Formats: sequence, structure tokens, C-alpha cells
Amino acid sequence: MLNFLLSRLARAFLTIMLVMTFAFVVLRLSGDPAMVMLGPDAPKDAVDAFRARWGLNDPIWQQYLAYLTQILTFDFGVSMRDQSPAIDLVLERIPATLALTIPALILKVGIGIPAGVYAALHRESIADRGVIMMSIFGFTIPSFVLGLVLVLIFAVTLDWLPSGGQDTWRHAILPIATMSVGGIGILARFSRSAMIEVLGQPYIRTAMAKGLPWRDVVWKHALRNAAVPIVTLVGFMVGALIAGAVVVESIFSWPGVGRLIVVSVSNRDLAVVQCLLLVIASSMVIANLFVDLAYGLLDPRLRHKSAAH
Amino acid sequence: MTFVSIRDLRVAFDGVQVLHGVDLDIRQGEAVGLVGESGCGKSVTWLAALGLLPGKAKVSGSVRLDGQELVGAPRPAIEKVRGKRIAMIFQDPSSSLNPVQRVGKQIMESLRLHRGLKGRDARAEAIRLLDMVGIPSAATRVDLYPHEFSGGQCQRIMIAMALAGEPDLLIADEPTTALDATIQAQILDLLGTIRRETGMAMVFISHDLGAVSVVCDRAVVMYAGRIVEANNIRSLFSAPRHPYTAGLFAAIPDIDADRGRLVPIHGTVPDPKNLPTGCAFSPRCPRATAFCQTDRPHLRPQSGGGDVACFQPVAAPKAFPALRQEALA
Ligand SMILES: Nc1ncnc2c1ncn2[C@@H]1O[C@H](COP(=O)(O)OP(=O)(O)OP(=O)(O)O)[C@@H](O)[C@H]1O
Ligand SMILES: [Mg+2]
Repeated sequence: MLNFLLSRLARAFLTIMLVMTFAFVVLRLSGDPAMVMLGPDAPKDAVDAFRARWGLNDPIWQQYLAYLTQILTFDFGVSMRDQSPAIDLVLERIPATLALTIPALILKVGIGIPAGVYAALHRESIADRGVIMMSIFGFTIPSFVLGLVLVLIFAVTLDWLPSGGQDTWRHAILPIATMSVGGIGILARFSRSAMIEVLGQPYIRTAMAKGLPWRDVVWKHALRNAAVPIVTLVGFMVGALIAGAVVVESIFSWPGVGRLIVVSVSNRDLAVVQCLLLVIASSMVIANLFVDLAYGLLDPRLRHKSAAH
Repeated sequence: MTFVSIRDLRVAFDGVQVLHGVDLDIRQGEAVGLVGESGCGKSVTWLAALGLLPGKAKVSGSVRLDGQELVGAPRPAIEKVRGKRIAMIFQDPSSSLNPVQRVGKQIMESLRLHRGLKGRDARAEAIRLLDMVGIPSAATRVDLYPHEFSGGQCQRIMIAMALAGEPDLLIADEPTTALDATIQAQILDLLGTIRRETGMAMVFISHDLGAVSVVCDRAVVMYAGRIVEANNIRSLFSAPRHPYTAGLFAAIPDIDADRGRLVPIHGTVPDPKNLPTGCAFSPRCPRATAFCQTDRPHLRPQSGGGDVACFQPVAAPKAFPALRQEALA
């Protein structure tokens, strides 16, 4: 178990370093921060001073080494724009984003999974067809379309809810709704098929043949097995808690991490973008780590296999 | 005394009839073999009897257990029969056990259900059962998961689980098909021992006539959703009457006979969607007449004992040299 944990941690670390290296390359290739920050008409000496200040004149490998050193020493630098520490800029945005993504995740799990399981248990019924149709609707409609439609209906036409901003909890309703719909659809569909798959397995027939009441067959045998694939998907959703709200935050001008990503990327604010990437990549990798551990808990076959790696 | 009595059992899936009226009696304590090629309806017969078929299956006819009707009975009533009166084990032991639950727990679940045993008592009994079906160091392995056992051991665990309810009848649906030959023999031996010790009745579903002859008192041959012949083992093996039964025996490889003796049954099992008119076996039957292709024979008691559904039954017992030696023993 310890070996397993260590190897997973090492892998997680490597993944993060790879992501950060990739980010380094892409960010340097995609435009000169000095030009973006200071504008195309900036005087030559101002540009030079800016480049010297941020080390942009150093050879690329030196910049890369400095960059790696920064990451490894948890020194994330300061924003090129307003000189405040990048990490603070990122961290102060996280609560606002989580205020949307956590309730949305609860809705996705709390509605999507039961709906999918219910549909699987009542296959071909009207409820099943309803769930299938709603879930297709849910994950085909793009969130920016859904967001705008909801704003049109509930903010513009009915004037029940505000269309943007972050002042009260009522401001969070439309963004959360917009964000949950797709995930509910995906989870419902996925839970349904996972459950149908499990219900067709021989061990379900065994459980029935031993005289177990149907409720117990479902609760004690089917759900436990269907949980394995479902947990994977929920794990991905947990991994996206921090970065998964870019579109919705933009639509509803919600001052979260997503907005910060958009702004700092378009400003080529390297330190902030790098810091954001590091936080986002870490959150995904950590979520994955938990999914791996959950696998082992849920499925004893994987427990042994993964320990052997 | 008749324990289970099946009358005119019919099953259809999505409008396709796969079981065309099966009549079968199982007496208390007897062991009956159910043989026939793949797809002839052996499993469906018993899954239907226990209400284990998926909802899309349409089941009609009657299955009575000590007079209690099971077809169309409310779910709680059937649930009381399953495992307690009639237990069933299946072909693929490894996937028939819940992969995420300890085997001991799966056995204890049956013990709680049927014998009200809980906690330490249930655990002790589960260990005793595992021990009885021949799982080595049962006391320590009771907490392992199914994937930590071999296929043969999983089948032993399935048997232990079936025994947990102390059933009056065990349906063993090809319990050894997925296992290699030596393990097969051990499982057959185990089933024989258990039957002697508990006196429970058994239906042994199999392709393997040799195995049936070892385990059973009586055998029933099915073809395309119908019973075509039923007789006690000795008569059936020495003098099969239905050409299909005869063909099954002729198709068994025999080490003592020369190689030319192996005679396969020509053609394939008909598709349930379009069964031939008349006797379903007639297109493959060497003895078929024009009459066999238009009219269907019913299962009739024969003067020499046994039941046969055939217009042109085989008469001579000595025509089948490809019989296995041990099958007769
Ligand atoms: N769940 C199902 N849905 C549709 N058709 C089915 C189902 N189960 C069985 N059948 C059909 O019913 C017929 C009888 O199947 P059954 O499983 O009883 O055969 P069998 O005699 O047990 O064969 P085998 O030796 O392969 O186990 C086959 O034609 C099969 O395709
Ligand atoms: Mg079968």
C-alpha cells in the first residue's frame, strides 16, 4: 500500500512538472509579454527595461531553470501587471469559484446518479425515456447558450434573478444552474449504463437466486459494483472544481478563477498564468490520486493489481 | 413423491418462442440430468421456474412446488422459494460471485436469509460450509475476495452458498463446463457426496453425457425447446430411442474405438425464430420420413419404460458401440 501510494505520488509530481513545462513552452511561443503589457507603441527603452526586469532577455534554458526553481521552491513571483504576489491573486479567487462549483457538483451527483440508477432499474419505462431525453439535452446544449437562455428567461423576461455579479446568494443561482445541467446529464447517462451493465452480470442473478429481496440485490450488490466506474467520472468533476467555471464566470461576470484565467492570459501576465496552471493541474492530479485510492477501496481486484505496479 | 412439477412451461423472448411446453417432474431426493445442445432451453426452463428471467421474457404454463404455483406468483413468494427450497448454481463460477464482496459475507448473507444466523454463528457456519465443500484453510480464507480463488474453488464456494439455505433441490446449470477436466471430476464427486449426505434432489444440466451418467439417476434430453426423451440412466445409455439421443451418444469420442467411429450429428440447432415444421429434429434426422416433416410427435410413455417424442424411434440397443465404458459403470 505504501509502495502504491509513493508511486502514485511520484507520478502525480511528474505529471505536474510536465504540465508546467508545456505551459512554459506555449506561453513563450505565443507572444511577447512586454508588447502586450506595454502596448505596441511603447518606447524602446521602456520595453527593454521591462524585459530586463522580468528576465526575458536571458537565454531560454536559463529562463526555464529559473522557472523550475521557482516552482519547486513555491515561489510564484509577482504579477507583471500590479506587482502583487501571483499566488495571492489566485488564492483569493478560489472561494468565489468554489461557491459555484461545489453546489453544482452536489446537484450533479445528487440528481444525476439517482436519475440514472432509477432509469436503469425501470428500463424502457416512461421515466427511463424521460431521463435519456433530459440527459441528452443536458450534455448537448453548450453552457454559454444555456446560460444566455436562462438569463433571458429569469433575469430579462421574468426579472426574478440578477443576470450577473456576486452580491447575494441569489446571484449564484443562475450560474450554478447553468453549470449543473450538463454534468447532471452526463452523470445520469453514465450511471444508467453502468447500472444496466452491472444488472446483467451473473453475480446479480446469483444474488437473486439465493432469495435476496430485490431491494437488497440492488443496494448490496448492484450499486456497489456500479460505483466503480461512476466514481471515476465524479473524480474528474472534482478535479474540475477550480478550473471548470471559465465560461459560466464570464457569462455572469462572476469574479472567480475562471475570470482570472481569461484576463491574465490575454494580458500575458506570465507569473499569474503559471501560478494558475500549477494550482489547476495540482487540483486535477490530486483528484485523480483520490480516484485511484477510491478504486482500491471499491474494487478489491484493482487493489492488488495497482499495488503490483 | 413429486416435489417440483412443471407442466406445459412456455417461454418467449420478444415474441420468439424458445420453450414450447415442457413437462417435467422432479421427485424428492432424485438426481435428474438435463442434456441437449447449446440453446435448446435447458437453462431457460429453470430460470423461468424460479422467475429469474429478465422482464422481457413471457412465461406461461405451470411450475408447482409441493402444490404451490410459482409461475406468476408474487415476488416475495418466489423469493422465499429461491435459495431455501430450490437453489441454483451456474456455469461460470468466477463471474457468478460478487467481485467486490468477501466470499464469507456472500455465504453469510444466505445464512441470515434462510436460517436466521447472524454474527459469530453465521461466520462459524460459513467456515464449516467452506470446509465441507473442500476449500483448504477455510477459517482464514473466508475473508478473501472471489478473484483470490481459482475457478474450481469459486464453484465450490457457489455450492457452499447454495447449501447454506439447506435446499430441497439444487439446480446445477453446467457447473463444470468452465473448468478443466480434473477439477470437473472433483466437483462432480463433491456434488455426489453432498447429495448422499443431505438427500437433496438435484437437476444436473450438462452437455456432458458422461458426467450426467456419473451423477444422475435419470436423464431428460431436450431439443429446440422441447423434451424429446426421458428415461433412467441405464436404459437411456444402453438403448437411446430418440434419433437425437442416439446421435448424442454417437458423437462422444471413445478412446477404445477406432477413429472412424465418431459420428457427429449433421447440421445445426435450428434458430428458434424459424423452427422447421413437424418434428424440429427432422431436417437433421437420419430416420425422418415425410410425415415427420409435417406432424409433430408428442412425448409418449413407451412400453419398455421411458418417454420418447418420435414417430420413428430407434429400436436396437446394440447399435451404439461408441458408448463410454465409465458411462455404463
Ligand atoms: N435473456 C435472453 N434473451 C433472449 N433470448 C434468450 C435469453 N436467454 C436465453 N435466450 C434464448 O433462449 C434459448 C434457450 O437458451 P438456454 O440458455 O436455455 O439454452 P441452454 O440449453 O441452456 O444452452 P447452453 O448449453 O448454451 O447453456 C436460446 O435460443 C437463447 O438464445
Ligand atoms: Mg445454459
